[in-house]
Amino acid sequence: MSAPILSVRGLERRYGARIGCTGVGFDLWPGEVLGMVGESGSGKSTLLSCLAGHQRPDAGSVTYDGRDVLAMPETERRRLARTEWAYVHQHAREGLRMGVSAGANVGERLMATGARHYGRIRAQAIDWLDRVEIDETRIDDRPTAFSGGMQQRLQIARNLVTGPRLVFMDEPTGGLDVSVQARLLDLLRGLVRDMGLSVIIVTHDLAVVRLLADRLMVMKSGRVVEQGLTDQVLDDPQDAYTQLLVSSVLQV
Amino acid sequence: MISVENLSKSFTLHNQGGTVIPVMAGASLHVGPGECVGLVGQSGAGKSTLMRMIQGNYLAGAGSIRIAGTELVGAEPRAITRLRRETLGHVSQFLRVLPRVPAVDVVAEPLRALGSPEAEARARAECMLWRLNIPRGLWSLSPTTFSGGEQQRVNIARGFVHPFPCLLLDEPTASLDAQNREVVLTLIEEAKARGAAILGIFHDAPARDRVCDRLVDVTAFTPGRAA
Repeated sequence: MSAPILSVRGLERRYGARIGCTGVGFDLWPGEVLGMVGESGSGKSTLLSCLAGHQRPDAGSVTYDGRDVLAMPETERRRLARTEWAYVHQHAREGLRMGVSAGANVGERLMATGARHYGRIRAQAIDWLDRVEIDETRIDDRPTAFSGGMQQRLQIARNLVTGPRLVFMDEPTGGLDVSVQARLLDLLRGLVRDMGLSVIIVTHDLAVVRLLADRLMVMKSGRVVEQGLTDQVLDDPQDAYTQLLVSSVLQV
Repeated sequence: MISVENLSKSFTLHNQGGTVIPVMAGASLHVGPGECVGLVGQSGAGKSTLMRMIQGNYLAGAGSIRIAGTELVGAEPRAITRLRRETLGHVSQFLRVLPRVPAVDVVAEPLRALGSPEAEARARAECMLWRLNIPRGLWSLSPTTFSGGEQQRVNIARGFVHPFPCLLLDEPTASLDAQNREVVLTLIEEAKARGAAILGIFHDAPARDRVCDRLVDVTAFTPGRAA
């Protein structure tokens, strides 16, 4: 617990003259969940994809576990992405292989890390399907036969089966029914706690971050306008934009 | 254990013409181990604001808040998270939970966060629910569907399931019947006996008189009203 798992300094990404994100800096500590909120186009998804290595930032540094992520060879970064990192996409079909069975979707990631024993891979896949509450009898079905909520849970199983340390999530509950959302959030919270995961979660849903994130970053026009303890930022926002964002939420 | 010195706070409403509302100035108080201190003052005087600042939910303007030796003003978020997990318990007036999570898991959560094994945490949570007279049939249901009094008791069970060295209680006996009110007051007395420092807001005057060793009138800390 003595060093941050991820350190970001002065991160910037431009699209021509337009700013994707700029001047972003923070530390993420082991076991911590960091939420990023802001309206569409505020730069939160750009930032997430720069951190996860899907886009190359134009300036700044990203240090993971003492290693300079931007300077490491592509092969090493890919190995990290397969083993110690995980990325949960908003649309499950982007994170799954729709043409192969549920079991294969989970087993594939294990095989990518060197697992070869078929029986053990299948047993672990079954264990993970169970953890994300997908019935074992569905193991040979393709994700195309699953509901949206089930696909999302399968994507989470596929990502977490290798026991990653750092998980990036882009709107993981977006587009799901509220009842499915609650179940998914409960599942994620349990996994974060039991596996000691560090998580960066991008969402525009303030209720989701209140329940899941320890800390919150508020983004506007590519910049971080406020960051702090989640409930403090939501209940006592200091920045004009955060005040507007929080007061604009419809009460149920 | 809980020590507040010269604390001040104002709200700046950026979207309402930048209005600045000073809400607290010169707030100081101290709660020692085994002591229960009650905050008093009329509605709007700042009792809840002060409690929220001590909990780290509101940002302090200036001054100092020390909980078991940790300075809260200007602290890193993760220092506050750790303090809340290990040292500072809190019973709010309203229960805010994830839908679909059973009451027993809601109560067990503070223990799970501290690393207790599931079975042990659940057993202790069940013990608390039983003490607070939540019918056994409700333990596996989400408290979102419970009555106000039942939700309040789930909240109290959650706040007392771990022996926190410091406790903040916001109206812990509101909306409770006589029998359950007695249970809560006994829990508070037990916490004091084991050396917990407790700061509370009690509108229930007989309850306040029974558990509080001292009262602090927050009207003295209200800017523009104290003079």
